[in-house]
Amino acid sequence: MDKGTLWVVIFGLGVGSFLLRFAFLGFVGDRPLPAWLVRHLRYTAVAILPALVAPLVVYSGEGGSTDPTRLGAARVTLAVGIWTRNVFAAIGAGAGTLFLLVYLLG
Amino acid sequence: MPFTTTKSAFWAGVRDGAPFIFVAGPFALLFGVIATEAGLSVFEVMTFSIVVIAGAAQFTALQLMQDEAPTVIVLISALAVNLRVAMYSAALTPYLGRAPLWQRACAAYLLVDQSYALSHAKFEADGSMSVPQRMAYYFGTCLLVLIVWFGGSYAGAAIGTTLPVGLPLDFALPIAFLSMVAPMMRTLPHLIAAGVAVVVALLAVGIPYSLGLIVAGTAGMMAGAQAELWLKADPMLPADEDRQ
Repeated sequence: MDKGTLWVVIFGLGVGSFLLRFAFLGFVGDRPLPAWLVRHLRYTAVAILPALVAPLVVYSGEGGSTDPTRLGAARVTLAVGIWTRNVFAAIGAGAGTLFLLVYLLG
Repeated sequence: MPFTTTKSAFWAGVRDGAPFIFVAGPFALLFGVIATEAGLSVFEVMTFSIVVIAGAAQFTALQLMQDEAPTVIVLISALAVNLRVAMYSAALTPYLGRAPLWQRACAAYLLVDQSYALSHAKFEADGSMSVPQRMAYYFGTCLLVLIVWFGGSYAGAAIGTTLPVGLPLDFALPIAFLSMVAPMMRTLPHLIAAGVAVVVALLAVGIPYSLGLIVAGTAGMMAGAQAELWLKADPMLPADEDRQ
């Protein structure tokens, strides 16, 4: 990882995150936001995170194939997460599955 | 029970924030470990956590830098993941907007899921709080989370340098993301947003400069927002058009 890029990202993200957090508290005051904007903002994380993770799971093997150990771990993480609504149960189950499958399938 | 002093409001915030150390702590630890494995020094990990304080955004930036995405894409994607703090900012403004500017600036720096969720619920429930009491409560909710976030990042970075090689840590980030996403699937529009984002992301994987992520994320957001509109309109429709 390039160190110059890293520092640009750290401080760019710091300034950007602060501006997002300060936007309304500092600049806007208590004027209401347009409804369409709020409606889209509601789905940012729930769209960006799956979009980020899907290719990492599906193209996890060599040359763009799917690695069955990664796919299995991803499925278990998601299932346990939806079922328990508990982030740490999901991480534990996913990591456990990954280690087990890597051990079994080599 | 109304607060008599700003001090008691502060400590009430600290008390209410205490359970969240079990949420923030493990994430901070995981960030420290993964960032160290990605080649960051302890100093870089700590600066990252102190300057940004945003778990999902930090993980996103880390993953994209490892994928060697262009810097501007790293920044846009990580900030998009963090867009919800702008909503939090908007939601808290009616309660904290009249505080002095320097206090609002400090509050903005500390605005995270926990401080927003606790404070907004408190301010809504207790209309008798003064603005200084609200600020004190807010900063109280941040105290332990902050200590745990920085401490956890440091501990994770320290552990990360000692882990044996050969662990399948390449997949730690996807597992972390999936575990964060799963509990967000609260409503049908959330599911639709995620589903559309996944399909578009898989199709758009060939788009250069990691722009596929932005395209997929935008498509998912629009799908979620549109689905929400349609589903809200549902009760207005005749029954037979309701189910499709």
